[in-house]
Amino acid sequence: MPETKQHIILKTKNLTIGYASKKEDTIVASNINISLKKGELIGLVGGNGIGKSTLLKTLTKVESPLSGSIIINEQSLDHYSNLELAKTLSLVLTEPIASKNLTVVELVALGRQPYTNWVGNLSETDSKIINQALKSTNIEDLKHKKCFELSDGQLQKVMIARALAQDTDLIILDEPTSHLDMYHKAYILKLLQKLAKDTGKTILFSSHEIDLAIQLCDSMIVMSKNKIVSDTPCHLIEKGAFTDLFPKDLIVFDEKTGSFRVKK
Amino acid sequence: MSNTKSYKRSFLVLILVLVLCFFANISLGSVSIPFKTIFESLIGTTDNYIIQNYRLPKAITAILVGSGLGISGLLMQTLFRNPLAGPFVLGITSGASLGVALVILGSSIFGGFLATFLLTKWSLVIAASLGSFLVLLLVLIVSSKVRDTMAILIIGLMFGSITAAIVSVLSYFSSAEQLQQYIFWGFGSLGDLDWEEVKVFTLIYSIGILFSILSIKGLNTLLLGENYAKSLGLNIKQSRLLIIIATSLLAGTITAFAGPIAFIGLAIPHVTRQVFNTSNHKILLPAVLLFGAIIMLICDSIAQLPNTDYMLPINAITSLFGAPIVVWLLVRQRKMVF
Repeated sequence: MPETKQHIILKTKNLTIGYASKKEDTIVASNINISLKKGELIGLVGGNGIGKSTLLKTLTKVESPLSGSIIINEQSLDHYSNLELAKTLSLVLTEPIASKNLTVVELVALGRQPYTNWVGNLSETDSKIINQALKSTNIEDLKHKKCFELSDGQLQKVMIARALAQDTDLIILDEPTSHLDMYHKAYILKLLQKLAKDTGKTILFSSHEIDLAIQLCDSMIVMSKNKIVSDTPCHLIEKGAFTDLFPKDLIVFDEKTGSFRVKK
Repeated sequence: MSNTKSYKRSFLVLILVLVLCFFANISLGSVSIPFKTIFESLIGTTDNYIIQNYRLPKAITAILVGSGLGISGLLMQTLFRNPLAGPFVLGITSGASLGVALVILGSSIFGGFLATFLLTKWSLVIAASLGSFLVLLLVLIVSSKVRDTMAILIIGLMFGSITAAIVSVLSYFSSAEQLQQYIFWGFGSLGDLDWEEVKVFTLIYSIGILFSILSIKGLNTLLLGENYAKSLGLNIKQSRLLIIIATSLLAGTITAFAGPIAFIGLAIPHVTRQVFNTSNHKILLPAVLLFGAIIMLICDSIAQLPNTDYMLPINAITSLFGAPIVVWLLVRQRKMVF
């Protein structure tokens, strides 16, 4: 099948997200229509508590949508088995991993779990993909270090390498830049941009680094109270999508520089 | 990889030590038997009653108990991501204790038909198995309703304290003699099994080990935490069930046949992790099996106080000699590997 630049990996149709309970449903956001294209880096931004995590959880089948549909690779998300989904979508979460005694290469190798046999033996192809993942995230020299010896920035690269090793069309990262210093925030996002371009994978991440995202993303999803818009960063600035993102009493969006300024 | 090579050597050494400990364990006892006789009776050319019907089944029991407890401790520590978890966190011992307490202490209360049941050699085994099975069943039913694995840990502990409470009520109404019998059961014992019991023990143990081996991949995935494991396509509920069943088969039968053996299940996985310095269950599982067997054989050899008629409670030995070793390992490495 010839894959064009416009090949769409993930698409939502009139999606309503929230939490269902016996009494009544709590709607977090509704009428979400987004589509993620192949090989793009997409940033998801919005204020605290606006529902970024809920959206990511719904897209990754942790929470069920209240209504509407999610289609990944032209198949509805409901029809995916856990294993099929694991081969299509990989995650980098905010939670720490349970055992930090794993070495970097062991941890990255766990990304191959959906493909390995019942006891988890690695084939030659698996090893090749693992090495490639280590290489493209520049962590080959850390290979045999234990995870507890790593800095936050290094660990984040390792988690990204693990997701790469899972070899999925789509990688979703939940706030990959929190806890990192300014340099590493930029480093990680730049790395994601490069990976999307080089590997053709679609990478979606949520972040509070709006200025960095504007500079690096191919497209962005902006969540504000009343609506969710998705477009290229330039178009979003023209539309004024960032202006309504936060209450205007403290910070304002400067359209010229594409960043927020504190009111004098 | 260079790692695999050094693991292979470590495993060879461990197997060698196991064989040595096995022979040492059989050679040592209240009666000293010449080595030639021991060897000949093992291969079957000479018949020696003590070796064939007492020391050999006891050594085999020690191996099964040590390795089984070690493995179930390992499974629980990984499942609950808690270094303090042991084979008994699911309430298995407390269930078994309750069963045994009902038979020993309750006989005066229930009287009559229980007294005849008490005379059979299987009575304590059956009581312990039933007790641990029932508690486990309750834990399983409740745990199928909860999403969080940690809740299972708490539920196991709660059932533990309920059964402990019932046991203390029973003790209050029991005679000194019955209490002593119950306390003796609580000391644990490896030497009370005849061949028939060893066969049943080995069979159930093997099923438990098989289930543990089938859980290896799931256990390794769980090292990342449950959410990551799920995103890697692991069926959490199914793996959890497999791990719990493996643990209960192992810890349940061990408690039924040898009593509540303390400490081994908690300590062996830690010792193994420190020595092998890995969290990979493909390495850890066989290593824990070997370590558990070796340490239990050594503890048993010490407990029987060679060349004397005394026999110390095995539970006292496992903790007296085991705890300092674990402390020493942790101090030496300065960091707990988990």
